[in-house]
Amino acid sequence: MRRGRSRRSLLAGLGAAAAGLSFASLDGCTPHAPIGRNGEEAKLNLYNWDTYTGKTTLADFKSATGIQVKMSLFATNDELFSKLKAGNPGFDVIVPSNEYVTRMRISDMLMPLDHSKIPNRVNLLPQFQNPGFDPGRKYSMPYTWLLLGIGYRKSKIDGVPNSWKWVMDSDRYKGRIGLFSEADDLIELGAKYMGHSVRDIPYPMVDRIAEMYIRQKPNIKIFHNDEGQDLLLAGDIDIVMEYNGDIAQVMLEDPDLDFVVPKEGTILNSDCLCIPKGAPRPDNAHQFINFILDGKNGAEISNTILYPTPNAAALALMPDAYRNNTVIFPPPDQMAKCEYADFEGLKRAQLYDETLTRIFAA
Amino acid sequence: MDELWSKAKGVFAAVAIPPVFWLLVFFLAPLAIIWAYSFGENKNLVEITINGTFSNYAHAMTPLYLGIILKSFWFALLTTIACLIIGFPVAIAITFASEKTKPWLLLLIMLPFWTNLLIRTYALMAVLRNEGFINQGLGLLWHGLNAITSAAGHPLPTFEPLQLLHNNFAVVFGLVYVQLPFMVLPLYAALDRLDRSLLEASLDLGAGNLTTFARVVTPLAMPGIISGVIVTLIPSIGAYLTPDLLGGPQSMMIANIIERQFKTADDWPFGSALSFLLMYMTFLAIAVQAIVARNRKAAQG
Repeated sequence: MRRGRSRRSLLAGLGAAAAGLSFASLDGCTPHAPIGRNGEEAKLNLYNWDTYTGKTTLADFKSATGIQVKMSLFATNDELFSKLKAGNPGFDVIVPSNEYVTRMRISDMLMPLDHSKIPNRVNLLPQFQNPGFDPGRKYSMPYTWLLLGIGYRKSKIDGVPNSWKWVMDSDRYKGRIGLFSEADDLIELGAKYMGHSVRDIPYPMVDRIAEMYIRQKPNIKIFHNDEGQDLLLAGDIDIVMEYNGDIAQVMLEDPDLDFVVPKEGTILNSDCLCIPKGAPRPDNAHQFINFILDGKNGAEISNTILYPTPNAAALALMPDAYRNNTVIFPPPDQMAKCEYADFEGLKRAQLYDETLTRIFAA
Repeated sequence: MDELWSKAKGVFAAVAIPPVFWLLVFFLAPLAIIWAYSFGENKNLVEITINGTFSNYAHAMTPLYLGIILKSFWFALLTTIACLIIGFPVAIAITFASEKTKPWLLLLIMLPFWTNLLIRTYALMAVLRNEGFINQGLGLLWHGLNAITSAAGHPLPTFEPLQLLHNNFAVVFGLVYVQLPFMVLPLYAALDRLDRSLLEASLDLGAGNLTTFARVVTPLAMPGIISGVIVTLIPSIGAYLTPDLLGGPQSMMIANIIERQFKTADDWPFGSALSFLLMYMTFLAIAVQAIVARNRKAAQG
């Protein structure tokens, strides 16, 4: 869905081939790993996003537990979901985003977590202890979180564009605007702009949102596939709907770029560690999740990937440059208006998708 | 030859079985599954029930989707016409090139295939974008021009880059770029077989170059033109990568809609129905073409 360096379209094109390769090597010809104390083979199959672990995370885990991690990569939640839809091909730990935690939970694809094996869960910040998409954290532990906002080029935009209005409902930046081409995000953020929650959007409002985007279309330069930060960096557009982590990465390359959370609020996302049903080594999986939630190991990951961490112990170990970065951690008054979107049934997902088609085709 | 084959049936079978097996298991069977899905419904997030419903096709026939199919066809048609106009002179040039240069010219036509389509499309983006090579080149020229006019006391306004990317133009441009070799090669094959003495006869008997081209070359090259048009038009209708990467919001083609049904919308039955609708249309077009060709043959024979 995002990840600065893993360009979605590029991966979508090559995805089939790459996925096939990682799949084949999953449980194939590796010699049997030694049996650990818990009676499971000392290995673990992790299915993760690209560039999403610390430099030494997997090696550290091996020296701490003796368990060898084999990591396969996916580029979108849909890819993860469809890979596991027909049965678990042998993954022990997966990293779906919150909405897909819900989808997989109601499709009976996740194993309940044994909290007694994850003592490090106390390290989580309070707001991540009991999220709406997984009450009581029965099936998932947070890995990172992120939010959608507006990335922009300071020299080309007047002041701080701190409202969705500037990308959704105004011709001020005509021809220089980039919007996300994800149906759910567009409709839900449209509702946010109109003062509604991102959940339970009434159908007449969906129509009004569609009309707003159709009106706005002549002003929009591109509906991007999560390469908004690259387009911004290249100067193709000057204002774009993107994830904070992505913009934080390109801001290192170009100081003329900045990011703002619109005053109407936005959608929060959280990538989570889960154990899929049918995982061959569930105890190793619990050990791995507990290991990631440790402060030092969490900090090692955040240091590399620069995404916001949900882990208080890890945060305490991070340098000020990370902790005080308002792009990675927007101030509390902005965070107060943010909320998680949730999976609200297939009918609604399909309605949103068709609405996007309507907007595009108009 | 026939006798040989009938004597060596075992050999024939041994040679035929692998491709037939391949075709059945890896092409026809998956296609049949998708076809079955097109008559199904989502029961929940993970299961599809095939209940013989036509609702997916009914949904696909609504103006929204028919409009997008029509637009895809229109893009493909523009692409084909452009490829034909550009490709024909190229094919003629290769045909009449010297024996020494011919392989090199053909190599130039094939060269793009050595690079992945995705990479070539990204390269095209680097050429067309606002800060791309074309706009940079034009900007430099503009700058130079400005220096001259400024010296004369008339400075030019600042250079505005041409909007070449993320619009319908970019999609058709990209499709022409990708499909051109597929047009040139069948045209070349047809023209190369052409009996040169017919052209000489035509010219000797008083027809001008244009008349010769219109009344001798074109009819004789017709099989090449038709296969060139088919191998250009049909893949263009189903183009996915080019509109996705080069297009803007308006340039979405039917393949992009189908992709979304299988990925984000998670509506496989509807995606299958859309795919097969496209397939039915393609079959129809090829059938019509075959009938026309047969009638023409019958008329000639």
